[in-house]
Amino acid sequence: MTIWEIIWFALIAVLLVGYTVLDGFDLGVGFWSLFLRKEADRRGAIAAIAPFWDGNEVWLLTAAGATFAAFPPVYAAIFSGLYPALMTLLFALILRAAAIEFSGHAHGAAHGRWTAVFGVSSTLVIILLGAALGNLIHGLPLRADGEIVIGIPGILNPYAVLVGVLNLAMLATHGALYLRMRGEGEMRALAARWSGGAWVVYAILAVATGVITAFVNPAMLKKFLDTPLLWAAPALAIAGIAVTGLWLRRETVFPAFLASSVGIAGLLATAAVGLFPVMVPGLNPAYSLTAHNSANSTLTLQTMLVIVLIGVPIVLGYTIWVYRVFRGKADDMIQY
Amino acid sequence: MDAALLARLQFALTVGFHFIFPPLTIGLAWFIVGMLAWYRKTGDEAIRRIARFWVTLFGITFAVGVATGITMEFQFGTNWSQYSRFVGDIFGAPLAAEAVLAFFLESTFLGVLLFGWKRLSPTAHLVAGVMVAFGSTLSAFWIIVANSWMQTPAGYKLDPERHRAVLTDFGAAVFNPSTWPRFLHTVDGALITAAFFMLGVSAWFLLKNKQVAHAKVTLTMALWVGLAASVAQLGLGHWHAMQVAATQPLKLAAFESFYQDPDDRPGAPLLLFGIPDPKHDRVNMAVYLPQGLSILAFANPTAAVKGLNDFPRDEWPPIEMSFYPFHLMVILGMFFVAFTGLGVLLLRGGRVFTARWFLVPALLAIPLPFLTNELGWILAEVGRQPWIVYNVMKTGDAISVVVSATQILTTIVVFSIVYLLLFVLWIGALRHAMHAKADEVEPMPAAEAEGVTG
Repeated sequence: MTIWEIIWFALIAVLLVGYTVLDGFDLGVGFWSLFLRKEADRRGAIAAIAPFWDGNEVWLLTAAGATFAAFPPVYAAIFSGLYPALMTLLFALILRAAAIEFSGHAHGAAHGRWTAVFGVSSTLVIILLGAALGNLIHGLPLRADGEIVIGIPGILNPYAVLVGVLNLAMLATHGALYLRMRGEGEMRALAARWSGGAWVVYAILAVATGVITAFVNPAMLKKFLDTPLLWAAPALAIAGIAVTGLWLRRETVFPAFLASSVGIAGLLATAAVGLFPVMVPGLNPAYSLTAHNSANSTLTLQTMLVIVLIGVPIVLGYTIWVYRVFRGKADDMIQY
Repeated sequence: MDAALLARLQFALTVGFHFIFPPLTIGLAWFIVGMLAWYRKTGDEAIRRIARFWVTLFGITFAVGVATGITMEFQFGTNWSQYSRFVGDIFGAPLAAEAVLAFFLESTFLGVLLFGWKRLSPTAHLVAGVMVAFGSTLSAFWIIVANSWMQTPAGYKLDPERHRAVLTDFGAAVFNPSTWPRFLHTVDGALITAAFFMLGVSAWFLLKNKQVAHAKVTLTMALWVGLAASVAQLGLGHWHAMQVAATQPLKLAAFESFYQDPDDRPGAPLLLFGIPDPKHDRVNMAVYLPQGLSILAFANPTAAVKGLNDFPRDEWPPIEMSFYPFHLMVILGMFFVAFTGLGVLLLRGGRVFTARWFLVPALLAIPLPFLTNELGWILAEVGRQPWIVYNVMKTGDAISVVVSATQILTTIVVFSIVYLLLFVLWIGALRHAMHAKADEVEPMPAAEAEGVTG
């Protein structure tokens, strides 16, 4: 195991955290749009994410690209092995992008149809990505040649579905908090109710999933018992989730949103340190794909690191600028 | 059906459809930068309104480009997993660089460009436009780097133990022999695409006698840029063809359906007319220009040009799928020069603005550069067959092992339905935006308005 392989494992985890925190809120808004009855409210919900969602989604594309660039066997095995799930995810992402764009040009019943597509596709993306992570923690039937052979029932095993639903509760909380920050009037009041309800489900599911994971992947539990320092990650998750709950009732929402982001980072960090260095655990551990046996050459990892170290700080810089430009009321973001 | 063939079909379908949109947005982005810079300099409200309309068309097109582009980031892994494993050490890097350096830039600033009209100063809005244009052009650069490496691989060595290609020189891999000619050829094609699109849409307004002042400005812009880009393409296309002759001689031979030198004179002749007959390895009704091919391909009238017969038959690309797209592309390229040249001549005295016989063909010509882009891409990819990485890996060895023909066929059906829907929606939204603009009341010039209210 070289330092470059460790750095790249961590970087991909960081990209997934960035994705989940940022695209997570606009996916969560998508889920809640299913419960908005008035066209004006649904328009307002989409307007609240309109200038941001595209940039947020790039975090997912970057995570996929980075996995290809750093650990091609992992990229190849997951994307071809989980073909039906990945293709469904892809079609959901395509339809979601189309729905956000074309709902802006539609009115009346057509607008209703597009926002329904937006809501359903957002929810599907959340559950599928959660289920994908669930499958990674659960372990996959890897062969000696690095291929995964699994059917749709295998992909939709109960543990994967549980993580999918946890993801939905988590991002529903996150998205409702975002709507509270950006929404106006009635939608703001609705989002306040939603964030409280979703948080309770989220907290219960997070604890339950944590306990069940110890049974599903005992090797993970052993790692935490062997290295007490690793408990920092679940501690961060618990702290984030708890502070979110404590801040929920206050008028100023941003601290709760920030705490929710910390909770997301903590949960993903828990999965990452629990798996490390394994990236795709095989049901037969000898065939597991790890950050070592799947890594690219050191030259490639170093070159890519330079690109990332130059690129990502710039990305963070202008992303913060853009969020500042579009702070406040979203009524000029309904239609460009 | 054969999984390898289906995987290729799916890739052709999804990339071919995606490739409708980026050339238009890359080209339009630079037109929009020009408009925003003009507005910033003059503060002319009319220019701002023009820019706003074109940003709307841009936004609609960009959205479809994004929606169909996600597919590409997935598809190497889903359908070409053996390829991904084999070339991941080299090929993944430009894709990741594209995401980090280009996707973020264009996607983040797109929101600013679309929604920033009330919130930003003209300077800041111009900067957002430049970032979108630069980001989308940079995105084209990185994806062409990746594709060029498949055409003319460099900067790597083979690791037989792990059966993969390993990077030895990042600079050589990025700037491989075909990167620059292919990048410039493609981006210039994007400018031509946007110019013809703007020309046709402006012609539509003039023909309807709506937003005439606006349309005159954009038609003039489109004609000048279109002419410059089309003329430049003669040189860039030629440069690219010379590079193909030097680095992929078999591909060039297939473009030209050149089996072997038909006469004993020094230098190879250029086929002016002919119908390839691959069943009999010959060209029927051939008319040749002596030494023409040697001059074009190597700038040397006596240079020897290798023919198809100089290569093993099992390495030949499909002949007709190379020959016809190549010649149609070249003919269309010539047409673009002639048509924009004619338009520029008609600009004198403003005759073009009322010349129906020019405006109607200008409207009808909108699809032609899109077609030309597709032809160029078909050539690049079909001409590389049977290799996925030229002379390194065969396409048939690159597919995903665990994905069945049925799974691929199913997703092909879904892609076809979803993409057809997207295409109809795209056209519908463009038309809607154009009609809305046509029905918009043009505000009176500032001086007259003051006279009325004061």
